Amino acid sequence: MAFVGLCDCNNFFVSCERVFRPDLEHKPVMVLSNNDGCIVARSNEVKALGIKMGTPLYQVRDLVKRHNISVFSSNYQLYGDMSARVMNILRQTAPGIEVYSIDEAFLNLEEMPVGKLQPFARELSARIRREVGIPVSIGISPTKTLAKIASKLCKQYPALKGGCLMYRTQDVEKVLARFPVGDVWGIGRRSRAKLEMLGVASALDFYNMKSAQVYNMFTVTGLRTWKELHGEPCIGFEDVQPDRQTVCISRSFAKEMTTVEELDAAISTFTGKVAEKLRKAHLCAEQMSVFILTNRFREDAPQNYQMKTTLFEVATDDTLEMSERAAQCLRQIFRPGYAYKKAGVLCTRLVPKRGVQASMLDTLDRNKRASLMDTIDAINKLEGNYTVRLASQGEMDQFSARAMTSRRFTTRWDEIMEVKI
Amino acid sequence: MSKEVELAEIHAGFPSPAEDFMDVALDLNKELVRNPSSTFFARVKGVSMIDDGVGDGDMLIIDKSVEPTDGCLAVCFVDGEFTLKRYRNMGDYALLMPANKDFKPIRVDADNQFAIWGVVRYLVKKV
Repeated sequence: MAFVGLCDCNNFFVSCERVFRPDLEHKPVMVLSNNDGCIVARSNEVKALGIKMGTPLYQVRDLVKRHNISVFSSNYQLYGDMSARVMNILRQTAPGIEVYSIDEAFLNLEEMPVGKLQPFARELSARIRREVGIPVSIGISPTKTLAKIASKLCKQYPALKGGCLMYRTQDVEKVLARFPVGDVWGIGRRSRAKLEMLGVASALDFYNMKSAQVYNMFTVTGLRTWKELHGEPCIGFEDVQPDRQTVCISRSFAKEMTTVEELDAAISTFTGKVAEKLRKAHLCAEQMSVFILTNRFREDAPQNYQMKTTLFEVATDDTLEMSERAAQCLRQIFRPGYAYKKAGVLCTRLVPKRGVQASMLDTLDRNKRASLMDTIDAINKLEGNYTVRLASQGEMDQFSARAMTSRRFTTRWDEIMEVKI
Repeated sequence: MSKEVELAEIHAGFPSPAEDFMDVALDLNKELVRNPSSTFFARVKGVSMIDDGVGDGDMLIIDKSVEPTDGCLAVCFVDGEFTLKRYRNMGDYALLMPANKDFKPIRVDADNQFAIWGVVRYLVKKV
């Protein structure tokens, strides 16, 4: 039997903050989204208070005060760096890894003998906790779907010490009986509703369905999940990374914007970021949309939502070309007299860079521009983001309000830890 | 790296005699940071370790993967605060030793909230 592991960082953003604030261990902590709007990470103590993921901060102000909850603005520079540290250790230890999100990675453990798996998981978990300071849960099972469930078990049972091997049929069935079907990886909200109507509540109920019925109701995707629960691997090591269909950067502003100049700076910044993302993924966009909207929560102010979509003759990833076009779009949709709260740039119809169709009428020397973009990306990578940028471009951070941000302890020299001695 | 190769090929003149002996330049990062995933930097504020050569404003290179040993210089977390001291393991308790006669050792036992956050591997001083 071949095994696969899932390493999931526990309450990741909260854990990152606690590394530099050990005094917050065992105390309620939560992290807010960009602009301090909603709760995006909760410590176990906050979960125990019944505060749900995604709740707007203003709805729980009382609880925050009463329980003395520590609240942080999101510090993505810090979280990104801490994530890279965890992933590096996984890469050093596991024969193969597949990063699934900022706080999760699958481990390819095909060649490891069964007897070694449980100690491997525990030691790895302890090592990451000791060396990076982040607590993780490692689940190991014959399939990715079961590994996800096994990792959740670690969180429920501290006695597992961050590592759980689950593969015997009787063990799997015992666990599935207590696992809600809606929490199974791959079961979406719609499927859950359908299942509930059938009286299928636990993962075991789903597991006990006939495969033909699963196929009829949920097609091949549902059947895949069902088979994975039965220990038959259906999701291979690269299957989960679908081709990107869109690249989008959007932000709500801390302060509403009323002039086209202010919005220009934002749109230019977002476009630069989108173009950079495209280049990183070796993609070009055939279509780009620029959108601006007013604050829909403000009933006293006039509302406006505008979007302009534009096509490129030749699919592009060029910051200059895209920014110029984005600025034109903005001018077509901007209306004076409105207070804009949010804006964004969305690229669709993405094609691989190597497959871009040339055009006879192309006015750009694409090779020359590509090497300019490469140079800019290289300098920014070496000297820090935004070292080289368009004059109209700002920094992403300037558009959001983050009042309770911790320091960027690991990415800025002037923000490193301070030790009073 | 590929850029260097191109240059050497384009200039068709006399090849550099050093070319075949190219070495990788010294990299302080590699020397001072053995384990990047577990290494953190911190700035010192205060004078309690001055006799050990650790002064105000110095930078610490801390490696959380290093096993603390008796007598090591460690960033410790005691009762809600970070401090830098020499760690002495006394069995039932530990002593955090300052290096400045104006400061007293800190005694920590099971009643204290105490953890060794990381071991200092290098000290960077601006002269």
